Amino acid sequence: MTRTVDVLVVGAGPAGLAAAAGLAAAGAGRVEVLERETDAGGVPRHCVRPGFGSDALGRPLDGPAYARRAVRAASRAGATVRTGVSATGWAAPLTLDVTAPTGLERIRARAVVLATGARERPRSARLVPGSRPAGVLTTGELQRTVARFGARAGLAGRRAVVVGGDPVARHAVRTLREAGAVVAAVVCERPGTATALGVGGAFATPVPVLSGTVVTELTGRGRLTGVAVRAGDGRTAVLRCDTVVFTGDWIPDHELVRLLGVPLAPGTRGPVTDGDFRTAEPGVFAVGNLLHGGEPARRAAAEGRAVVGAVLARLAGRPWPAGGVPVATEGPLRWVTPGLLGPAPVPGTSEAVSLPPPVPAPPVPLLVRPERRLVRPVLTVRQGDVLLGRERLAATLVPWRSVRLGPWWTDGVDGAGGPVVVAAEE
Amino acid sequence: MGVTRRGPLPGDGDPAYDVVVVGAGVVGAAIARALARHPLRVALVDAADDVGDGTSKANTAILHTGFDAVPGTLEARLVREGHRLLDAYARQTGIPVEPLGALLVAWDEQQRAALPRLAQKAERNGHRTTRLLSAPELALREPHLGAGALAALEVPGESVICPWTTTLAYATQAVRSGVDLHLSCRVEEVRPGDPYHRLVTRRGVLGARHLVNACGLHADGFDALLGRADFTVTPRRGQLVVFDKFARDLVRHILLPVPGPLGKGVLVSPTVYGNVMLGPTAEDLDDKTATGTTAEGLAGLREQGGRILPALLDEEVTAVYAGLRAATGQEDYRIAAHPALRYVTVGGIRSTGLTASLAIADHVLGLLADCGLDPGPERPLAPVRMPNLGESFPRPYRDAGLIARNAEFGAIVCHCERVTRGEIRAAFTSTIPPAGPDGLRRRTRARGGRCQGHFCGAELRALSEEYGEGTR
Repeated sequence: MTRTVDVLVVGAGPAGLAAAAGLAAAGAGRVEVLERETDAGGVPRHCVRPGFGSDALGRPLDGPAYARRAVRAASRAGATVRTGVSATGWAAPLTLDVTAPTGLERIRARAVVLATGARERPRSARLVPGSRPAGVLTTGELQRTVARFGARAGLAGRRAVVVGGDPVARHAVRTLREAGAVVAAVVCERPGTATALGVGGAFATPVPVLSGTVVTELTGRGRLTGVAVRAGDGRTAVLRCDTVVFTGDWIPDHELVRLLGVPLAPGTRGPVTDGDFRTAEPGVFAVGNLLHGGEPARRAAAEGRAVVGAVLARLAGRPWPAGGVPVATEGPLRWVTPGLLGPAPVPGTSEAVSLPPPVPAPPVPLLVRPERRLVRPVLTVRQGDVLLGRERLAATLVPWRSVRLGPWWTDGVDGAGGPVVVAAEE
Repeated sequence: MGVTRRGPLPGDGDPAYDVVVVGAGVVGAAIARALARHPLRVALVDAADDVGDGTSKANTAILHTGFDAVPGTLEARLVREGHRLLDAYARQTGIPVEPLGALLVAWDEQQRAALPRLAQKAERNGHRTTRLLSAPELALREPHLGAGALAALEVPGESVICPWTTTLAYATQAVRSGVDLHLSCRVEEVRPGDPYHRLVTRRGVLGARHLVNACGLHADGFDALLGRADFTVTPRRGQLVVFDKFARDLVRHILLPVPGPLGKGVLVSPTVYGNVMLGPTAEDLDDKTATGTTAEGLAGLREQGGRILPALLDEEVTAVYAGLRAATGQEDYRIAAHPALRYVTVGGIRSTGLTASLAIADHVLGLLADCGLDPGPERPLAPVRMPNLGESFPRPYRDAGLIARNAEFGAIVCHCERVTRGEIRAAFTSTIPPAGPDGLRRRTRARGGRCQGHFCGAELRALSEEYGEGTR
């Protein structure tokens, strides 16, 4: 038995909930959000710290409060948020197989918005050698564990090492300390100038930050006993600890995208979309950290809001644009989204139409992530020999934060031309 | 009595067992199961807190045909028999097996020239269905193979299997049929005696009329406790890389290397869990606990894997691990009866132990009879049906009827491997419950997927505390 809805959103994190709220409010019809976990809200649920904006009275919000508000906003707008429901695969185009305690279901939608988020790469995916003891986890598991059990002593070991130099490493240090662990060191591969942790990690109680240092081995049988490290100058040491937290190094949780067979962007490993978050599969959109990982909740939510117009156009029978111009990076840039600058859609009802060249692609903002620290870099956007934009940025770019290039950077892209290249030099 | 993991052993050596099998790996568990057919008092003991916690848990998970065994050896015979027995047993008990067949891929002229000889060897081992494939035929069979594959020998019947379920099925059936399983019970001393040997363990003394050494890597050490020094076990480490399920479509057969003078090479094989495995390395070591991976080992594997199946390297790595094979410097098993000691040593069971396990068990029963054991009449074993961990067989999360009967089978807890709350609970209430997260993973796949606990770790911990109460 197949049930039909207007919009199916997969994932009730900041992006999915914002999309659902916007779509329901705009009268998209039946908007259903599937969340595989027992509570909706996504990653912010486990981030008990400020930094999630403020409420109407200007009081700062922490992650759980932000998550509650996002769930409430989607529900009040009229979206149905279902938890404990897993989308396990595609039965047909725009039709998902679903498992829940209430049974199996097959849900067909007129449009699907994928918002399945991202995860931190675990130790194995980072190919860290050594034994396989207990006490090896990611920030995600650490925060979920503390959120689940409360900050009881010994929950995250007694002595911990944190791996990574992004802001999430600071959150890991804070969570470990709340759980009663001593943080022996933060180890990060990037040099000191390129970590989000200043001297002592910029904590009142300092933590040693070993920058330019790599983890070479985990030791211990049963429980972790130490982390072997090697510094840039070749010196080695073993840091005694019973817990190690691998932080950052995000990869989109892109199983449904892979099962669909649509192209992935090499830099992000997320699905390639156009500026309106359309994937190559007609009717299927992708938003939030599924596209790039590691962006803050407000960015993910902004993408959720931004997809609304294109989804409504889809529901109204507007055609699904085909083709488009690929966007790539050059130089010390890790990735750019969107991966495609599509031609402006034309009125009509057919599924996928190729448009006669030349067509101007509608200007859209780009999100660019540097690979390393870039001091006042010159950014350029080109298409073939045509220079579309060039500007020396006043700011220093850091590898844990993306920079948004406004739509004017892509104004004048030839929708039938060659690839657009975003480049940076110092 | 069933399964014990802690506290003093019941009886303190009295009443004694007819047979004590030391070592609860795949071979020891198979022997205990075979003994359970008879009206005997049998104990299976292991130093670890779970069955199959040594070499049996970290291998290439292949059910071999024995096509390349040294003809005429005991190993060749037991692998051939064991393949047939385990294939049937797996069907009966729900152990996932996929008969994918193997391709020995030749990458240079020397390897190509070796293929006909390997086909002849297979024939001498009773396998007449091998076939030589030309490069174009090979490309059709394995379209993602790297450039430079010249030819291949096809070996039908080579299969992939779940090694964890296999050991657990034997041990479960043994326990349900009356065998006592004592875990966390390292034997530190053996006082030979008549009519009973006394085994001094960390948890007390066990009496044993007959004794079986199935200690795997430590078989030589246990022999020494009885004054024997027939062989030395040299651990040979095999490091393995498990790639993400997205790689599964890249390979259809078990891709075996052609053995040659330049070393054995590595294999690329699907797993029954829907992943792709690459390895193993072969490093002779001294340390029998060196189950860690190394930077060189992993880099070498990736380099070789990239030549065999280039697209493999684009996928994420789900797990890396290393296991130790029990090499004894002889190209055969070291299975020997010592009638004067009423003792059988089952040593040198190298990488083929999983395949041969059921045949080894029957063989050992015969040797125990030579040592004076009268097994008595045979009786049927308690039936056993194992939870399915295989991707090619129905899983609970897709079973509408099961979910309708018990909603917990619709509640997915481990999202990457799609393990439900119902399966977690079933593992904890099973005959041999897990002793920790690793044991739970080997029984359910929970936490074994691409996130390695990022999403499910906290919830699994909570469920373990809820359901695992009293089992640890």
